[in-house]
Amino acid sequence: MKLDAKIPSGPIEKKWDKHRFDLKLVNPNNKRKFDIIVVGSGLAGAGAAASLGELGYNVKVFTMHDSPRRAHSIAAQGGINAAKNYPNDGDSVWRLFHDTVKGGDYRAREANVYRLAQVSNGIIDHCVALGVPFAREYGGLLSNRSFGGAQLMRTFYARGQTGQQLLLGAYSAMMRQVAAGTVKVFPRREMTELVIKNGRARGIIARDLVTGRLESHAGHAVLLCTGGYSNVFYLSTNAATCNVSAAWTAYKKGAGFANPCFTQIHPTCIPRSGDHQSKLTLMSESLRNDGRVWVPKNKGDRRSAGSIPEGERDYFLERRYPAFGNLVPRDIASRAAKTEVDAGKGVGPTGQSVYLDFRDSIARKGEDKIRAEYGNLFDMYHQITDENGYKVPMRIYPAPHYTMGGLWVDYDLMTTVPGLFAMGEANFSDHGANRLGASALMQGLADGFFIIPYTLGGYLAGSKLEAAADSDPEFGRAAGEAEARFRRLLSSKGKKPPSELHRQLGDVMWNECGMARNEASLKRALVKIPEIREEFRENLAVGGGAEELNQTLERAARVEDFIDFAELLVRDALERRESCGGHFREESCTPEGEARRDDAGFSHAAVWEHAGEGKAPLLNKEALEFEHIKPSERSYK
Amino acid sequence: MSDKKFGVTVRAWRQAGPGEKGRMESYKVEGVDPDMSFLEMLDVLNEDLVKRGQSPIAFDSDCREGICGCCGLVVNGDVHGPDEHSTVCQLHMRRFRDGDVITVEPWRVKSFPVLRDLVVDRSSLERIMAAGGYVSVNTGAAPDANSIPVDKDDAEEAMDAAACIGCGACVAACPNGAAMLFTGAKISQLALLPQGKPEKAKRALAMVEAMDAEGFGNCTNEYECEAVCPKEVKVANIARMNREFLLANFLSKR
Repeated sequence: MKLDAKIPSGPIEKKWDKHRFDLKLVNPNNKRKFDIIVVGSGLAGAGAAASLGELGYNVKVFTMHDSPRRAHSIAAQGGINAAKNYPNDGDSVWRLFHDTVKGGDYRAREANVYRLAQVSNGIIDHCVALGVPFAREYGGLLSNRSFGGAQLMRTFYARGQTGQQLLLGAYSAMMRQVAAGTVKVFPRREMTELVIKNGRARGIIARDLVTGRLESHAGHAVLLCTGGYSNVFYLSTNAATCNVSAAWTAYKKGAGFANPCFTQIHPTCIPRSGDHQSKLTLMSESLRNDGRVWVPKNKGDRRSAGSIPEGERDYFLERRYPAFGNLVPRDIASRAAKTEVDAGKGVGPTGQSVYLDFRDSIARKGEDKIRAEYGNLFDMYHQITDENGYKVPMRIYPAPHYTMGGLWVDYDLMTTVPGLFAMGEANFSDHGANRLGASALMQGLADGFFIIPYTLGGYLAGSKLEAAADSDPEFGRAAGEAEARFRRLLSSKGKKPPSELHRQLGDVMWNECGMARNEASLKRALVKIPEIREEFRENLAVGGGAEELNQTLERAARVEDFIDFAELLVRDALERRESCGGHFREESCTPEGEARRDDAGFSHAAVWEHAGEGKAPLLNKEALEFEHIKPSERSYK
Repeated sequence: MSDKKFGVTVRAWRQAGPGEKGRMESYKVEGVDPDMSFLEMLDVLNEDLVKRGQSPIAFDSDCREGICGCCGLVVNGDVHGPDEHSTVCQLHMRRFRDGDVITVEPWRVKSFPVLRDLVVDRSSLERIMAAGGYVSVNTGAAPDANSIPVDKDDAEEAMDAAACIGCGACVAACPNGAAMLFTGAKISQLALLPQGKPEKAKRALAMVEAMDAEGFGNCTNEYECEAVCPKEVKVANIARMNREFLLANFLSKR
């Protein structure tokens, strides 16, 4: 596999401008002759469809939901970063670039991150113009806040629903193109195969989730905007249907998969209440501004929180990280909670949670003030747990939330398969080993609105693309493979529904390859995952038919892909014998137990290549060079 | 915290496909944990049905935290269930007791045909959006964000309207099957903001026309929509839509 990141030459500040000039252009009258397939309709997908439609391309958008507005971008709460420096507190493109590279623990590509910071301001301008109702000050101008431990106020927000408002903005821009006739939306369709013709991505096979029929869609390029894979852990904050299948299909057809072991665990989620749990709910980490995290000092202390005296409480974040206290970054807060729970100090009915206590803040500021700031989060907590967070401490525990790994892409967002692009959370490029709060929305919209319209044009104008049609034999073959797969899944007459097998997989992934990983646990996972695959083959229960709305069949296909993908994730985690960002290898830490990066050995993106069914995947490396931001150790002591 | 597990009977609408004849069927669910969500209870029932070789009950849901707008069921006659201003995915089993019989139906609206069981087709709402639920601005053409000051109260009111999740509960609760809260919310959001003003007359006319063309009913001031809306979108948005529509008719240059 040849990995050429195609980073433009020249000073970092000029790379994107230079590249935009160097890219070939598609004549305005010719754009309508290009059919562009967009899979997924979140921020990246809807943004791409809108901007490409505006340029005159003929765009087809596929979403597995009944409406493009349901994509999981909708659930993001906190905000979106930009380097506007409206608060006059010292922000700049350079600083956002610096913070993102450092926050990613020096495992992202500098040129991509710089461009992300560069286009961030345009995103805010465009979203305001689209009518996104961002929070404002009394003077009528935009309000900013500090978020996720950032030392300046660069986050724009729309109450606790920023993701929703941005997605509805991008969706509305896309619907305008639907009215204009440049974009056609195919709802309730799931991509099941990528179609390659003469080495280029030329279309997809999609399953109509209502009729079960397989459809062939040919085009000149395919854009995967299909999100992340946190649901490989079964329980995550992702929506129930989020899956890795589109990316996995692409991987099996030759697209490199980069850094799958880079997963982010969010510290402030509502803990699970039992085996029936279908997903976990995140509460904004802004809660850590006023809540104090603690566990009882003594192991197995089952007294209620209120009857544990002050002297017997361990405010472990404040104790271990006096400078940052409860505001340490996500990965550090998450691991510290796990350490306490593993030591038998966890609280709540399952012992799998720690307290987040507002008692002192309420005493200092008054309950009204706390209610005004976090009322909706306290309500949400109450609705789920039936507990009153104003009276008793909340219980929280970390949960998988975001995945930094994804399909490898070059500077143009193209994968190793020509004509196949990956955008948003589906690609790997900008967040390194750890994503900063309020940067996911920024990246999705940057890719969709401001990068792909240029780089896709460059690809189309610079390639000699032969004709491709739905009737080509490549489509027939791919549809045949998809059909055979669904027939095979339906023929299984076992006893376990796919959801149960998914839960088993999630347990293995969470226990052996979760917040902390070591060689022994990863090797155990590599034994257990094939056992689950074996059980999937022999004991799967699906029922129903292929040519109907069959949610169990949909789930079965997704779970099958998760099982295969999980093995790759674990392999990557085993190979990366360093701790960095969200990836914590217990063998690689300081005497105090803090993560230790190994720049000499692992300053690269690990890019996995499919070698065929049943064969071990091949590891390729893209070396990362840090010309501008010199790697340093993160310390929050 | 939960005390005891219990059992309920679920009476659910079963329908094999669009246009097929449907019927209510009853299922016993044991081992219900009060901390389960209502949809998790249905998951447990469905796993059991699959294990027994029976067809599970199809229903839409995704984020399970009340923001994506996928889910929507009528539970014991209540749109989104008995809790006020929440989606059915946020309903928990602690609201029920041992031995309860729980009736579960899909949205029953002419403009939302049933696709299977509890899954309905809400694409009529998409067509209303495509008729004008946007500001016509191309990517890259926007001025600096702070060059457009917006009165804070207007911005807040626009946000109140924009909070709509497009679940269709307002339509399902309306005796006339009207989509006026949904349509009014989008028209209001954009009419309140300076960015939306240039097109507001055209937008009001086009979206109302699309709404009528989809066969949605009219508002007769029942306020049921506001009562069930998970995001507490107010009927004042319908009044604003009507004003915008009237103004557009009077002042239209066409």
